[in-house]
Amino acid sequence: MKLKYFAWVRERIGMAEETIEPPATVRTVEELIAWLSGRGEAYAYAFEKPKVIRAAIDHAHVRPDAAIAGAREIAFFPPMTGG
Amino acid sequence: MTSPVTTCPVTIRIQDDDFDIAREIAVLTKSRTDIGAVVSFSGICRADEDSSKISALTLEHYPGMAEDEIKRHVDEAVSRWPLNGVTIIHRVGRFMPGQNIVLVLTASQHRKAAFEAAEFLMDYLKTSAPFWKKEESATGTGWVEAQARDDEAAARWTRS
Repeated sequence: MKLKYFAWVRERIGMAEETIEPPATVRTVEELIAWLSGRGEAYAYAFEKPKVIRAAIDHAHVRPDAAIAGAREIAFFPPMTGG
Repeated sequence: MTSPVTTCPVTIRIQDDDFDIAREIAVLTKSRTDIGAVVSFSGICRADEDSSKISALTLEHYPGMAEDEIKRHVDEAVSRWPLNGVTIIHRVGRFMPGQNIVLVLTASQHRKAAFEAAEFLMDYLKTSAPFWKKEESATGTGWVEAQARDDEAAARWTRS
């Protein structure tokens, strides 16, 4: 699946997007965040406060307990500040 | 004899370029005789944020999702109020104080629906459309933090 990062999440991780294959044991958005956090310092820094991170699956906002099965694109970003 | 026009044309644009409010209103109301009210809201880059002076503001968005999320809320606004037209333009890029950032136009037969729908759309734009602002000031750059008051403003539209 493709992961996309925006705003300071993108800056902390150091890239805008990547393609990953998480293990089958990673079933939800919060489990994906925990798994990503173990991939290195940059990820751990980006996801240091998981409650602040918002996620979207295939362009729709989702909660941390949302299942990631079948997702094509998962995005992580801080709370929105447009308008 | 023609029947009254009740269609609701919707324009959603995310662009770098500036917009002309008068021109957008003219486009929205051209050849229409059923519109009695157009409410326009424009958001402008401000020079002050609390106590610090802002020299520039950069807006980033999530292409694709931003359009989808705005469309979803426009559809909801059209289902909740008798609207005759909606235009939303959100700019991205780097802006100086005084420059336009966002435009919301709502047209209806009567003003109440137009006012309410414009407020509804702005409240949701701020809290759910994937846009992020980064400020530049004399002390450096930093991402703007989401405000609880914006969430509260959006929450008042929740239907039980």
